[in-house]
Amino acid sequence: MRYLPKSEIERREMLSALGVESRESLFAHLPAEVRLNRPLDIPAGKSEYEIIDQFRARGAECADGYASFLGAGVYRHYRPVLVDTVVSRSEFLTSYTPYQAEISQGTLTTIFEFQTMICQLTGMEVANASMYDGSTAVPEAAMMAMRLTGRDRVLVARTVHPEYREVLATYARHQGMPIAEVDYARETGALDLADLEQKIDGETAAVIIQSPNFFGVIEDVPRVAEIAHRHGALLIFVFAEAVSLGLLEPPRDADIVAGELQSFAISPSYGGPFAGIIATKEKFMRQMPGRIVGETKDTRGNRAFCLTLAAREQHIRREKATSNICTNQALVALMATVFMTVYGKQGLRELAEQNLAKAHYLAGKLRQRFSGPFFNEFVASAKSPEAINESLLERKIIGGLPLARFYPELGDGMLFCATEMSRREEMDLVAEAFGQ
Amino acid sequence: MIKKVRPHVNQNEALLFERSSPGKRGYQLPPLDVPAVDAASVLGRGNTRGEIANFPEVSEVEAIRHFTRLSAQNYAIDLGLYPLGSCTMKYNPRVNEQVARIEGLAWAHPYQPETLAQGIMQVMAALEQALAEITGMDAVTLQPAAGAHGEFTGILMVRALLESQGNPRKKLLIPDSAHGTNPATAAMAGYAVENIKSNALGMVDVDELARAVDQDVAALMLTNPNTLGVFEENITRIAEILHAKGAQLYMDGANMNALVGIARPGDFGADVMHLNLHKTFSTPHGGGGPGSGPVAVKKHLIPFLPKPRLARAEHGWSWNYDLPQSIGRVRAFYGNIGMHIRALAYILAHGGDGLRNATLDAVLNANYLRVLLEPYYKLPHQAPTLHECVFSDERQARHGVRTGEIAKRLIDYGFHPYTVSFPLIVPGAMMIEPTETESKAELDLFVDALISIAKEVEETPDLVLTAPHDTRTSRVDEVTAARKPILRWKPPVK
Amino acid sequence: MYPEDLHYTKQHEWVRASGGTGTVGITDYAQQQLGDIVYVDLPKMGTSLEKGKVMGSVESVKAVSDIYAPVSGEVVGINDALATAPEKLNESPHADGWLVKIKLSAPDEISGLLSAADYEKYVAEEETGH
Repeated sequence: MRYLPKSEIERREMLSALGVESRESLFAHLPAEVRLNRPLDIPAGKSEYEIIDQFRARGAECADGYASFLGAGVYRHYRPVLVDTVVSRSEFLTSYTPYQAEISQGTLTTIFEFQTMICQLTGMEVANASMYDGSTAVPEAAMMAMRLTGRDRVLVARTVHPEYREVLATYARHQGMPIAEVDYARETGALDLADLEQKIDGETAAVIIQSPNFFGVIEDVPRVAEIAHRHGALLIFVFAEAVSLGLLEPPRDADIVAGELQSFAISPSYGGPFAGIIATKEKFMRQMPGRIVGETKDTRGNRAFCLTLAAREQHIRREKATSNICTNQALVALMATVFMTVYGKQGLRELAEQNLAKAHYLAGKLRQRFSGPFFNEFVASAKSPEAINESLLERKIIGGLPLARFYPELGDGMLFCATEMSRREEMDLVAEAFGQ
Repeated sequence: MIKKVRPHVNQNEALLFERSSPGKRGYQLPPLDVPAVDAASVLGRGNTRGEIANFPEVSEVEAIRHFTRLSAQNYAIDLGLYPLGSCTMKYNPRVNEQVARIEGLAWAHPYQPETLAQGIMQVMAALEQALAEITGMDAVTLQPAAGAHGEFTGILMVRALLESQGNPRKKLLIPDSAHGTNPATAAMAGYAVENIKSNALGMVDVDELARAVDQDVAALMLTNPNTLGVFEENITRIAEILHAKGAQLYMDGANMNALVGIARPGDFGADVMHLNLHKTFSTPHGGGGPGSGPVAVKKHLIPFLPKPRLARAEHGWSWNYDLPQSIGRVRAFYGNIGMHIRALAYILAHGGDGLRNATLDAVLNANYLRVLLEPYYKLPHQAPTLHECVFSDERQARHGVRTGEIAKRLIDYGFHPYTVSFPLIVPGAMMIEPTETESKAELDLFVDALISIAKEVEETPDLVLTAPHDTRTSRVDEVTAARKPILRWKPPVK
Repeated sequence: MYPEDLHYTKQHEWVRASGGTGTVGITDYAQQQLGDIVYVDLPKMGTSLEKGKVMGSVESVKAVSDIYAPVSGEVVGINDALATAPEKLNESPHADGWLVKIKLSAPDEISGLLSAADYEKYVAEEETGH
């Protein structure tokens, strides 16, 4: 087998060094009742070419060559070629967690740069080296807020991604964290501030909002922050569309930012792997979960980087850890780092401006459901979302997400996302489908 | 004598922010085919940001040089052995990288119509089936994002099962040899932790377990083989003790590399377990992630699996959300599909017999290292070794040299260190797992290195105490990094 | 070796009692075991401490150790210097590296603690036991 670098001769030499007859004898001590006495029911090993063919066939069964206007937490953006070039380097792809700083400066340096760029984008003071994804970053941020405030109630906007809220509920059930939802204003599609005022109290640890929210609408972050802080609660700001940070005012009033970086050259890949982040103010640093890289010096006085503040983590704290998380999404976070590097200060802005233009062009041709300002996603109203999507599929276009599955009261709503990848012709075809 | 490496030229590389210069660009977007819009008028002035202060601006050439130079400062599996215990640092097959990037798969959106996602769903179904066969369990979820996430998911399911029976119970039993994620997971799932001591052979003390299992115990979290690389020979009895009191056996699958094709946790009493695709199933570590932590369960736990679940429908595969007893979601969407593709490619490449053969080589390699190193390093637990072994620095400690220092000296010999000071039950632990993808030549070089270091410890201990010597970065000051954390670059104050 | 005016616990904490207040810290043995201290987590002013219960923790790079209250009472003073200079705990564990001041709620507890001589003996036994 091509991945096993041993010849039969070498195996025999090794066995004789062990003084045993066969490799099988190394398992002789296992109790008979636990042994599997038949071959695994998995077909014989395939050649590389057969494997590629098989997966190609699977790929061809998956909307190959279709245009798509789906967003809803997973976004279609160009992936600069440099991203795969860099992450395919052996030293990034096949390296381990950088616990041994002397031989991991490559990984550690890029993570330090990543942490810096996330702070610059979000307006926060410190960031970690990434969480699994945006959806799990949310409960981690909520638990952080609980630890910091000593309170346990959490208010979450209904306009936070529905699946993020489901994940929060799963985690919260076991943390003694009661969760209540804050409604949205039916006209603007933004958070209903009156409802927030009504529901928040002195037991609220955090208010969680997403902006742009699930409907694509931009929230009034300073006003929400004011309400939260007035009650001694923390503001947790969530983002799902990272490209928005190229153009939108960062959430400087937030206490914790929890976000998803999939838009930064991380392939949609049917939902994962992605990379989430948590960023916060310096004073909350020690309650931040996940790996963190810090700057230091080596014994020769040269700048070097290392994993730090490890005492918060599972391998030291064990049951008192800030979280059980072990991984950071290093390789996908590196994709995001390369993306941010390629685009740079001007590019992220230009990219965001293109997204803004495309989505507003499309929205201008459809009937918008909400009046609130939006970035690259919006809700369009349609008599029959299913009929529209059916006719679009005939043209190899995947239309917007019908909202009924998440918001029954918005049965005529479809969530459309247009990015720099959306073509005018495709958007004109969408408009046509609505016209019919 | 250091045979594997010689010093080599390696360039200095500044941070991106230090290379940045206004106006440099590494990108070009196609021109807009729709009218541009004025951000401030469309979004509101208050919603529009100014420039992203201090964000880097570099050209494509500088970007590629930056990352390429940095990469050269990393050790990696493609360069040589990582003897890290319980990490299973095996070769990451490149065909896996290629198939994960096939367009239809890489660009699939989780909400695209199911009829247009059959290919990717088929991949997931095939992986679920293969993992169920390998583990001897009845059903698999691919949702958890990593091993620790899988543990959390599995324990939540145990809780849900016990709740459905009227009492979630209060605590989890965890052996003192366990990985740190186990107790951290217990805490996150709302359970208290009680430690179970290991016996002299490094296995769970069955009598102690019998005494400890009562109506308050929800489950035992067990790694088998354990972190000493030793098979829990009393596993059947352990499972019986737990099941008799209505408790569950959770198996941490981190060490599956010793069992694939040989024994199946489902056959020896596990009720629920997680797997680490980035360990046993070769998906790349990528410098620290992503991973993937599928969870496999026996029939009685199926109702509690995270939703949605893959199910057969008229049009083929479909996502079933109608699972009233499910623990809910543990993350958005369906899992780390990119890693599922890679793991399936790995399984397809080996086939059933090939997977078993790989296990045999993994255990051969570990035993080979044990036999050759035992004369030089103390092996405290004499039970048979499977895929990893744990030495103690006891002999070297007499000369004032500890495991951490021996590990650093290994770097000078061209190797990544083994796992230092873990498991906690072995004082001065040196935990070594070679995996099956190491050649005899590489193992011999590793043995030579450790033997040479053992000699250095006796004759020239200072050389070991102040290692590494030959790296471009010498030992870093972790104390100051923790006392005065600097967690981001800031522009120099003018 | 160990100051005679202090009282000690088997968890390696010390108390210096003066009037109704006790100054609390960890011993030289403890700081040696921990190595370079990087962070100290102390209870807030006004917190009610119970003898024997966890009152905070001390972190080195690779380890965390809980600190147990040697006596009961209310926290009336915190050594702020440790926030910016945790190394004081290594340099002067029995003096400048003090942790908190407690208003003793049960002064009799002091008599149940170890004297310097007893503590020294205890530590010697711990060492050989290793």
